[in-house]
Amino acid sequence: MQIAEAVPLSPAAAKARAHAAAARDSLRTEPKAVRIVIITLAVLFLTVFVVLPLVVVFAQAVSRGVLAYLAALAEPEALAAIKLTLLVAAISVGLNLVFGLVAAWAIAKFEFTGKTFLITLIDLPFSVSPVISGLVFVLLFGAQGYFGGWLRDHDIQILFAVPGIALATTFVTFPFVARALIPLMQEQGTQEEEAAISLGASGLQTFFRVTLPNIKWGVLYGVLLCNARAMGEFGAVSVVSGHIRGETNTMPLLVEILYNEYQFVAAFAIASLLAMLALITLVAKTVLERHLDEGQDISDH
Amino acid sequence: MTIEVKNLVKKFGIFAALDGVDLKVDNGELVALLGPSGSGKTTLLRIIAGLDWPDSGEVSFNGEDALAQGARERHVGFVFQHYALFRHMTVFENVAFGLRVQPRAVRKDEAAIRARVKELLDLVQLDWLADRYPSQLSGGQRQRIALARALAIEPRILLLDEPFGALDAKVRKELRRWLRSLHHEINVTSIFVTHDQEEALEVANRVVVMDKGRIEQVGSPEDVYESPASAFVHGFIGESIELPVQVESGVIRLGDRPLALAADGLAPGASRLFVRRHDMLVGPSGSGAFEGAVRQVRNFGPVQRAEVALLGGETIEIDAPRDKELRAGDIVSLNPRRYRIFAG
Repeated sequence: MQIAEAVPLSPAAAKARAHAAAARDSLRTEPKAVRIVIITLAVLFLTVFVVLPLVVVFAQAVSRGVLAYLAALAEPEALAAIKLTLLVAAISVGLNLVFGLVAAWAIAKFEFTGKTFLITLIDLPFSVSPVISGLVFVLLFGAQGYFGGWLRDHDIQILFAVPGIALATTFVTFPFVARALIPLMQEQGTQEEEAAISLGASGLQTFFRVTLPNIKWGVLYGVLLCNARAMGEFGAVSVVSGHIRGETNTMPLLVEILYNEYQFVAAFAIASLLAMLALITLVAKTVLERHLDEGQDISDH
Repeated sequence: MTIEVKNLVKKFGIFAALDGVDLKVDNGELVALLGPSGSGKTTLLRIIAGLDWPDSGEVSFNGEDALAQGARERHVGFVFQHYALFRHMTVFENVAFGLRVQPRAVRKDEAAIRARVKELLDLVQLDWLADRYPSQLSGGQRQRIALARALAIEPRILLLDEPFGALDAKVRKELRRWLRSLHHEINVTSIFVTHDQEEALEVANRVVVMDKGRIEQVGSPEDVYESPASAFVHGFIGESIELPVQVESGVIRLGDRPLALAADGLAPGASRLFVRRHDMLVGPSGSGAFEGAVRQVRNFGPVQRAEVALLGGETIEIDAPRDKELRAGDIVSLNPRRYRIFAG
């Protein structure tokens, strides 16, 4: 190449070469006008559909002043909703962490018949409308449901109570942890575990010293997304909650009720908390993704 | 530690990875399992390690049933083809792993663990890498760390799965020599798997040649090279000339041409004749078993390689000494100094 550069070019060859260079550039970059139009469109769209709503939520929340905002959040009903949401999220994230790990472990580390079916099943909550997910639990545990009679006889309340809300939320958010872990664990294979066992490690030692450190960022990533969805879930929870004020209203449900009652400041105050959760989740997600990528580089033997 | 394997069978679906394997490895031996991919050698190694289980058959260490124990209890050092180093641990912690996971009752204290790891890193000549992570090492270094890690538990047996498979040619040769001297030093019963005949012949005391889930031949490197027990072994080890011949009423024929070769004790029927390239002696026309025309001569290395079209239809390549006058177009006779004929 360098030798070729040193040879003086004929005018025709030089022209051809310049032309080729221009063609090469135009493959990489559009004309300036086109670039400006495309970028403007993207920014405009994001402003109207993402930034503006977010700003409006916070603006509405503090439209009567910060004191009104804080007072709205300190309402017993609001506090109860926040508490319930945290509780439900903790339960469903906890359950899904265990289920997700088990499912991902089974799928990534073993060969068995029905594996593809199991993978499809894990995705089911994503493909079903949350309202239907909620209705399923009504059919199972409602007064007329399959287990309704038995539950009534034993005086166990599932629907219109915390267990029902937690169940519905767990169902809807099940795929997050499993989905984050399956590809990661499949890529890592079983050799490190085999090495650990042949070195004399027990099953638990292998899990805590070898498997878990290798997937920790994936676990955190799954938990983060699972938590965001658990706190924000509306459809499934709305069906099973019964909307008992101060008892079975989660934050998203309360937002809707307050809004329907024209209590805009209160509604948007709660909504602003959910919006903040979303923002924090986004930042944490970006950080975790960076760690996951680094992990991938390291695994690249 | 002696290892004894009896009538081992392992099937994956309908594919028989091991189809009745018997093998005895004596204390302190360094044995190579040699075969093409799919011959079952890695499966055999994994079953001995306890990472896989046979459908039927026996495995015993020093006479005691090894199949009654899991991989964890067998005390077998296993070196994986792709090293399987713990990626989130330093080299030091990788080597220390086997010592740290021991039950509390027998676990060494921290100082003793450090001393032992240091000793092992010295043994593999990589003590200066103790604080690095596996991703920061070269392939050859990873391999040696994997070996140090396996040796940390003072294994009764050392198993290595394609230990040099993923390394480039130069590093591979160095490590071969190094592994042989290391084995000499620590003298633990060792088995390694390879598909590279040169590696097997150069490193092992004994070579086990496998094909299609069966053992074809067990012997010293010299045995399997000089007296192959089957057509497969002859074809797989060393470079061979292979000719389809017919044996009938005491005469060996290539095509319709009878060959001046003894056919004593050979079963009649279609057979295959094997000769090492360098065992074909070139002589003047009319003086040997085969007649042919030299098509092409290439000179490289210690020999000249000639392509000869034989009367009877086959074209073969032979290695002749450099001082032998050979030119394209010559009509020559070829006489096999040694040959073997296998039925089938």
